[in-house]
Amino acid sequence: MEGLDILIKFGLIVVIFLISLVVAMYSTYAERKVAAFFQDRVGPNRAGPWGILQPLADGGKMFLKEEIIPTNATGFLFIVGPSLAILTACIGSAVIPWGQTVVIAGKSIPLQVTDINVGILYIFGVVSLGVYGIMIGGWASNNKYSLMGAIRAASQNISYEISMGLSIIALLLVTGTLSLGEIAQQQHGWHWNVIYQPVGFLLFLVCAFAETNRTPFDLPECETELVGGYHTEYSSMKLGFYLFAEYINMFISSAVMVTLYWGSYNYPGMDYMHELLGDTWAPLLGFGVMFMKTLLFIFFFMWIRWTIPRFRYDQLMDLGWKILIPLAIANIVVTGVVITFFK
Amino acid sequence: MESLSNKKKVLEVKPLNFWEKAYLPAIAKGLSITIGHFFKKPVTIQYPEQKREFSENYRGMHSLKRDENGKERCTACGLCALSCPAEAITMTAAERQKGEEHLYREEKYAAVYEINMLRCIFCGLCEEACPKEAIYLDGDIVPSDYLRKDFIYGKDKLVEAPLNQ
Repeated sequence: MEGLDILIKFGLIVVIFLISLVVAMYSTYAERKVAAFFQDRVGPNRAGPWGILQPLADGGKMFLKEEIIPTNATGFLFIVGPSLAILTACIGSAVIPWGQTVVIAGKSIPLQVTDINVGILYIFGVVSLGVYGIMIGGWASNNKYSLMGAIRAASQNISYEISMGLSIIALLLVTGTLSLGEIAQQQHGWHWNVIYQPVGFLLFLVCAFAETNRTPFDLPECETELVGGYHTEYSSMKLGFYLFAEYINMFISSAVMVTLYWGSYNYPGMDYMHELLGDTWAPLLGFGVMFMKTLLFIFFFMWIRWTIPRFRYDQLMDLGWKILIPLAIANIVVTGVVITFFK
Repeated sequence: MESLSNKKKVLEVKPLNFWEKAYLPAIAKGLSITIGHFFKKPVTIQYPEQKREFSENYRGMHSLKRDENGKERCTACGLCALSCPAEAITMTAAERQKGEEHLYREEKYAAVYEINMLRCIFCGLCEEACPKEAIYLDGDIVPSDYLRKDFIYGKDKLVEAPLNQ
């Protein structure tokens, strides 16, 4: 049975990997389509019906473009940058609980690659590694715009990681565990953490936008000031990797937000559905619910992008250090007091 | 100082109140506006398949007209080329031979008549200048092409189709 378990695990990893890649691929399409709808346009609609082959066309274009490494760039680090960005983006999904344990032919398969007891810390570690991809890439390009973008990315991520961590601490006071699997289980039915931690969720949401370098915090790739930001010198699939990593990051951070605050695979009336559908189909339905919530968050990311203009750099720092961090600390204090005296 | 136009308006810059500083109500308002647009019908006209309705005096591609008997009206007088501010029109005149009376209305006709569509500014001065009512800008949009030489339209593209067809 040992061999079968490894095989199942391997299959799960491949499936999750594929799902995050396909979601990232179609996020690029969805972004353009959503942007078009927000601006009363049609969007890409020439490649295939409704343009659904557009990501393939884009990917093909990326692969076939000429690969340019600037003469003065640091060759090795220039390649390490995008590789690191995409690698860290991809391994984040390992600890996310995608659903309850599925029972197929008497064999129970957990829909989570690994439920390590420090799941949140793992996510944090991986996410903060992601910024090294941007930093190294920007620095190795030997270009002032890239460097500026890299500096912005680094300082932004550092300042927002703090308030993100602090907002998580308040959540941990409520849940009492670091394991994402357990956090997901605790939110059974409608007991979603967002009900107990609305301020914490808001803080986490804002920080997630900053961590994934999405508008209104997309200063590292601010076209108006920095040409292309940290990927100014990149071309071909290395540029593709950077862009792709952004979309995978968006998917992963949406999934993390759903797991931590919006009830993961739980939904009201899930016990009833479990009795109705049995051990095989009910967890898969839960996975569907989780997936839908994640996609809604990705839509929200895009919705915000086409609504709010980009922050200025000093405004970004103001918001991070002067507002979000004090608010997060206050949130911890209030949560602690409430838990101590009213529970 | 008093304003001369009486339109001057002094705006007071108030400090932001708490909710304005908190951004969130403004963000919610912005989000509701954008989601309203999300469900609106797109205004796009998908050009090659769909075409915008033009006004009646729209000036599009030129056409060289024929008279009621199907003879070409143009006599190669050169007034259109002279009036053209962009110098887009060139022509070579020729004398009508015996047996060609059913083709050309006057004794002289344009053997070569070329309009460079990249130069043309579609001002319509040529149709105003024409004494024979031979040229009108009543066609469609000039289609795109790959090579500059393909934008020089000769008589094969400009002259109206013969009557009997």
